[in-house]
Amino acid sequence: MSVLETTREVMRRDQVWPFLQDNETQVDISHQVLLYVEGLNLSFDGFKALNDLNLYINDGELRCLIGANGAGKTTLMDVITGKTQCDSGTVYFGQSINLLNKDEAEIAQLGIGRKFQKPTVFEAHTVMDNLELSLKSNKRVLPTLFASLTGEEYDRIDEVLETIGLKGERMLLAGSLSHGQKQWLEIGMLLMANPRLLLVDEPVAGMTIQEGERTAELLTSLAGERTVVVVEHDMEFVRSIARTVTVLHQGSVLAEGSMDDIQNNQDVIEVYLGEAP
Amino acid sequence: MSNAMNKIMGRYTGWARINGESKVAPFVVLLLAVTVLASACNLLLPAGSMFYVSTYTITLLGKYLCYAMLALAVDVIWGYCGILSLGHGAFFALGGYAMGMYLMRQIGDRGVYGNPELPDFMVFLNWNELPWFWQGMDQFWLAMLMVLLVPGVLAFVFGWLAFRSRVTGVYLSIMTQALTYALLLAFFRNEMGFGGNNGLTDFKDILGFDLQADSTRVSLFIITALLLCGLLILSKKIMQTRFGKVIVAVRDGESRARFIGYRTEHYKVWLFVYSAMIAGIAGALYVPQVGIINPGEFSPVNSIEIVIWVAVGGRGTLIGAIIGAILVNYAKTKFTAIMPDGWLFALGAMFVLVTLYLPKGLMGLLSQLQGDKQPTAPVDTPLANDNREQKSEGQA
Amino acid sequence: MKYLMAICGCLLSLLVSTSALAASPSEAQQPLLMQLTEVKLSKALPVLQQLEASTGADMMPLFKTMLAGKLYYVKESRSLIVVSKEQGETRYTGLFSAAPRDDLSKKQVKKIKVNNKLRGYLRESIARMQLHHSDPEVRVEAVRSLFSDLDAPTVELIRTARLDEQSRSVQAVMDVALAMDRAEHSEDATARLQAVKALYGSLEPAVRNQLTKLAENDPSGSVRKAAQKGLDKIAKQAERYNFVNQLFFGLSLGSVLLLAAIGLAITFGVMGVINMAHGEMIMLGAYTTYVVQLMLPNMIEYSLWIAVPLAFMVSGLAGVLIERLVIRHLHGRPLETLLATFGISLILQQLVRSVFSPLNRQVATPDWMSGSIEINPLLSLTLNRLYIVAFALLVFMLLLLVLKKTSLGLNVRAVSQNRDMAKAMGIRTDRVDAMTFGLGSGIAGIAGVALSQLTNVGPNLGQAYIIDSFMVVVFGGVGNLWGTLVAAFTLGIANKFIEPVTGAVLASILVLVFIILFIQKRPKGLFPQKGRAAE
Repeated sequence: MSVLETTREVMRRDQVWPFLQDNETQVDISHQVLLYVEGLNLSFDGFKALNDLNLYINDGELRCLIGANGAGKTTLMDVITGKTQCDSGTVYFGQSINLLNKDEAEIAQLGIGRKFQKPTVFEAHTVMDNLELSLKSNKRVLPTLFASLTGEEYDRIDEVLETIGLKGERMLLAGSLSHGQKQWLEIGMLLMANPRLLLVDEPVAGMTIQEGERTAELLTSLAGERTVVVVEHDMEFVRSIARTVTVLHQGSVLAEGSMDDIQNNQDVIEVYLGEAP
Repeated sequence: MSNAMNKIMGRYTGWARINGESKVAPFVVLLLAVTVLASACNLLLPAGSMFYVSTYTITLLGKYLCYAMLALAVDVIWGYCGILSLGHGAFFALGGYAMGMYLMRQIGDRGVYGNPELPDFMVFLNWNELPWFWQGMDQFWLAMLMVLLVPGVLAFVFGWLAFRSRVTGVYLSIMTQALTYALLLAFFRNEMGFGGNNGLTDFKDILGFDLQADSTRVSLFIITALLLCGLLILSKKIMQTRFGKVIVAVRDGESRARFIGYRTEHYKVWLFVYSAMIAGIAGALYVPQVGIINPGEFSPVNSIEIVIWVAVGGRGTLIGAIIGAILVNYAKTKFTAIMPDGWLFALGAMFVLVTLYLPKGLMGLLSQLQGDKQPTAPVDTPLANDNREQKSEGQA
Repeated sequence: MKYLMAICGCLLSLLVSTSALAASPSEAQQPLLMQLTEVKLSKALPVLQQLEASTGADMMPLFKTMLAGKLYYVKESRSLIVVSKEQGETRYTGLFSAAPRDDLSKKQVKKIKVNNKLRGYLRESIARMQLHHSDPEVRVEAVRSLFSDLDAPTVELIRTARLDEQSRSVQAVMDVALAMDRAEHSEDATARLQAVKALYGSLEPAVRNQLTKLAENDPSGSVRKAAQKGLDKIAKQAERYNFVNQLFFGLSLGSVLLLAAIGLAITFGVMGVINMAHGEMIMLGAYTTYVVQLMLPNMIEYSLWIAVPLAFMVSGLAGVLIERLVIRHLHGRPLETLLATFGISLILQQLVRSVFSPLNRQVATPDWMSGSIEINPLLSLTLNRLYIVAFALLVFMLLLLVLKKTSLGLNVRAVSQNRDMAKAMGIRTDRVDAMTFGLGSGIAGIAGVALSQLTNVGPNLGQAYIIDSFMVVVFGGVGNLWGTLVAAFTLGIANKFIEPVTGAVLASILVLVFIILFIQKRPKGLFPQKGRAAE
């Protein structure tokens, strides 16, 4: 490449210089698959928590994970979000991003949000502050020290408050919310970050039926634009939202399909109801 | 922890806010007013006057304010970030030693041995030349830089190692204690070049002003008060930024903070460095007023004592730390004068009683009295959960 | 050896004095003895020589008393007398009769002075007498004490003694002495060479000195070379024994650390509680030993047997009290517990200071624990350290047994693995907590008894060990007793091996820094609890 060409390339007016661009990593979803989990193994003291687990999540999908206690649901989420190191296997986000060599913060910044089984919000902060902290923003130390909310960000917070129905409680301390409200707030915190992939662990535990219904509505409305993976024990709830269900058993996938398929699947019946006669 | 407090303080206001905006200003004004009054009473009134404040009292007050600054440093890290440092005395002492080295060099040839270059203890040890780390310490600016840098760098290295590998809870506390213990042993050695057992003392003047003069004493006292107020306001401001909110978030749910994308270890390290620097400044102000710095300042017991000052005042309030430090040290002065044997009993009892019955300290008690009318909900599970998480992390 | 010597000495003097009772010194010596009280210091030597020549072994008690500086005479009667001080009381006894002479007072007696020259003579003279003693051990010692001054008469003495010596070990030592003499004085170079070669196996410091001399000054080249070779051999041996010695010191430090840390490991492992007052539990144990000895001054030999269970109870009870009164209320708040227990430690320290004074107290070591086993001149193991290593291991094994085999142990392990589940299974966790804390504190008390045998007992005793104990627990991995064992010995041995290189203070700093760095790499210690339970 000649000097002239290089100069011309550098001086092109329709492009922003690469180092000035937001260095946000783009998730490559050219094959419509957002998450690849392949051959995952993990054992604790000889107990195989994950056993050659393979799972593919399509972009924009709403997937339910079910399985008995100890089937590996939460452990799987731990591995995806970087909390636990696995023994072997690969986890890819899109085509190119290897999640296994990243830590929790990096993975979160890539756009993977996680909701815990037990609602964890910052109790000493107001609802508003909780959401502010979850904003998609530069999360390094110095920028955070000098950060202040812009008008757009205020609007965004309002919007999320509306979605999770906590508009009236914005100045309340999160610690004084009810259990269900905390669950909602946590979902709201995930939404603030504008994630590509939401991992939701037992969202309706401890909620009333009405709250559960609203949660179901919210999750279904999120799917499409975002990808949602839900772990849940409540079969009614799963039936009400699920298009595809994956059954985990002893650390690997037992069956996958629609809710009806799963209910008629011989293996699943055996595992859940004991040996077939 | 903070949950109960929030409930006490009212549902609709964040506690940081209540303390931050409505209390710091009056407190600063009060502190400065007392400072000016005491100084004026020392300098302007004759010694026989009823309102005369002796220079001894001024120095004592200055010492209290240095301790208050140290308590402020511990509160920043413990009250807001939940990191219980049992080694802050080390940063205090390092700042003090940096200042002490400057003051030593200022003695010049007025020492017992009259060596213009070497401090007395080096002549005594038959050293021929100044060790490299003493070079340039006769420059005030360099010494002041070291006051900040040495504690800061130590805190950075230690914090970076500890927080990166996620050492938390009691483990971290014990490691900080080991840190100050190791330094204690090291500074007792003559070979270290810091005067060994006796430390650095016999200072003559600072920036050309005689350290024994009343005016110098009063100036040091005023400078301490001003710096304390400055650091109080700065710390409060920092805690009100988003950075401060992240810090509190780390205290209450570190893994949640990580899962929304914050590198919590970076936040902890920088807060730790900030806190260590405050401690260093406190040490540097302490040494010229007290006139000596020796390895005893590194002793783990001293560091734990700081924590009780903060606990008495009420942690996570900054002002509480300052009040606690002043009160406890005033009590110590009185107690040791009346019945020296009783002080350790009192201090020990304070540790036990405050943790058992006054977990929010005096500030908590104060707001409880103020906020009695507001509905107080029972302390519920999040408190226990929070701490259980801490515990399991400690165990894990 | 000292220990044996002391016992033999006692026996000997007892024997001699009882026999002397029957046959007190004959009239012939009486004038000589009288002379001893009259002559000047410079003229005393010939008198002693005459005494030795005329009576031999009978003069042993006289020489020994004189050497110890306890020989006095009564001014009036010019009769010799022993004045000894025991526990601040001056006692007067007859020299040959051992009968107490309570009628005497300080003013009536006068000391017979001794100078270094006389002491040297006395020591040798005693050795000469001992060469014919009935106990071979004493004879070996006697020969060795002559090593430093082998003049012709002494060599002659040894040579004659060698002729009718039966014991192998005494023969060997005597041969070394004779070879040393030959190597130095023989005119013939080959004879000297032979003698040097005969010295090869010996590790005596005197042999080493002589070989060094020979390697430098001997006229014959081959002798010089042989002497050098001998020196190298000794150096190599010395290195090996030095290693063993350091290992032993390391083990002994390790066992002290183990005793101090193991109680902490239990309370921390099971309850997740950092007990800052743990050091004071150790201190209480040490003071219990002190008090036991104070109460039973005549039973020093058995005092430890009483002190161990008593210290366990005192510290254990204190532990249970602390748990019931304070720690129980701070459940699930480890940092607050840390502060509260620190407060308790301050109170206990001050309490002890007020009751027993801030000064250090000396705890007596029973005879069976003092002294050492001498394996060879370069290596001797002190008995008290040896016993403490054994004791620490014994306590460790007992504790392991308690945890594995008793129902308390089962409960403790259940609670440490899953507190909530244990509670659900009907285990009274609060009771288990109290028992655990009592057990941990009780063991700290036992550690205090052991420590009282190594150092002085003072209010700060606990403080000195608490940080090291924490390091051991953290290093070993919480809730793992074997980890604590390995960590304690590793740290103890590491400390003792770094010490000669860097000095004691720098060694402990280095160990602390090492642990700080180690914790970065493995935050859960050497042997972490694994699995989901630990998450």
